[in-house]
Amino acid sequence: MIGIVDYGCGNLMSVANSLEFLGFDCFVSSDADKLSAAGGLILPGVGAFPAAMEMLEASGLVGCVKGFTRPLLGICLGMQLLFSVGEEVRECAGLGLVPGRVRLIDTELKLPHIGWNSLSLRGASPLFRGVPDGSFVYFVHSFAGAAENPADVAAVTDYGTEVLASVSRGNVHGCQFHPEKSGDTGLKILKNFAELCV
Amino acid sequence: MLAKRIIPCLDVRDGRVVKGVNFKDLRDIDDPVALGKFYNASGADELVFYDIIASAEGRPLFADILRRTAREIFIPLTVGGSINSLDDFDRVLKSGADKVSVNSGAVRDPSLIDAGAEKYGSQCVVLSMDVKRVGTGFHIFVKGGRVDTEIDALKWAVEGEKRGAGELVVNSMDTDGVRGGFDIELLGEICSRVSIPVIASGGAGKREDFLELFRTTDCQAGLAAGIFHSREVEIGPLKRYLAENGVNMRV
Repeated sequence: MIGIVDYGCGNLMSVANSLEFLGFDCFVSSDADKLSAAGGLILPGVGAFPAAMEMLEASGLVGCVKGFTRPLLGICLGMQLLFSVGEEVRECAGLGLVPGRVRLIDTELKLPHIGWNSLSLRGASPLFRGVPDGSFVYFVHSFAGAAENPADVAAVTDYGTEVLASVSRGNVHGCQFHPEKSGDTGLKILKNFAELCV
Repeated sequence: MLAKRIIPCLDVRDGRVVKGVNFKDLRDIDDPVALGKFYNASGADELVFYDIIASAEGRPLFADILRRTAREIFIPLTVGGSINSLDDFDRVLKSGADKVSVNSGAVRDPSLIDAGAEKYGSQCVVLSMDVKRVGTGFHIFVKGGRVDTEIDALKWAVEGEKRGAGELVVNSMDTDGVRGGFDIELLGEICSRVSIPVIASGGAGKREDFLELFRTTDCQAGLAAGIFHSREVEIGPLKRYLAENGVNMRV
């Protein structure tokens, strides 16, 4: 059973819809005990980094997410929160599960980076098993993580500069793009994650 | 690099798709969910659902369509039609929309753009505009194109971006329905003034029109309805044609 962390931030329904479509059981909850007992957690997120961290803290779920030892997947802003520090609006501590900072994308191109972009896979993250290099996924963001440890980088994309698209560090995974809005490629990535949780 | 997008638009009235739909092999040819699934399988990069009447009776039907679509189709879904308040944003987002398209509601009360962007983020707010040439300028029209607001469309595009719209849909009434190509002049003028993505609408009649659009303007996406419904242009072959001609597509 996969728990979707409900801290008042993000489109939980489409994540739940996609897992159900794939035939995996999931639940949406803000209850730390229930979430801690899940086979895997998904941390969604939309909006600005400091506001989302405040809401996660106000929900009393920071400890639950940080201490989770089974597979964890942050999506979009949820991936950014995995990092040590965010620079959006103001410098703000993140969950610190992936060493690195979240910065405004340094590109000549228009921001937000919105639309379908192709993945360059790095390393061998279980998220991308069976996903061809160059597959397109759907992004909507202006900030992106910069991982301190190159081994944590699972995929990048090119938007006038190299942009971090996915991280995997032990049980902790992140997708800057929206797998739940990335067609068949996104469903494959979610299926890979869900299978880690069984 | 970012791919250019091809977006079919489904106008929905009382739960059915309007505009000549010509899908003989679909059992329920004017069911928006069935048509949405077909387009998703054909490679559409996004779907736009437009609630034509948004009458009291039609609303639950429309919400049900959005919910059913969101359970089966996993690409971005934009919803428009009679969006006049934050309650309307809330209603369609809760039913499964990812982005909300505002049009005449934003002309009546431009602060709707700011309010939507503040509450849901700019990525969620699409400003859609119906534009027609009047004299030497471009004006914004409302009420299905019947009423000239005398608002300068180029200025309105800039104001929309400033207020927090994340994307613009520019529908040229001069080229709409003519099928002689997109309104390159208007689209070029708007693209040069804003930095948010511009989605071109109105005028596509053949695949070459999309190639011209992406070669001669900075538009991020081409939107059409009738030519896709009638299958005069099919999305899969269209995207392959564009990719073969050097346009970066998700194929």
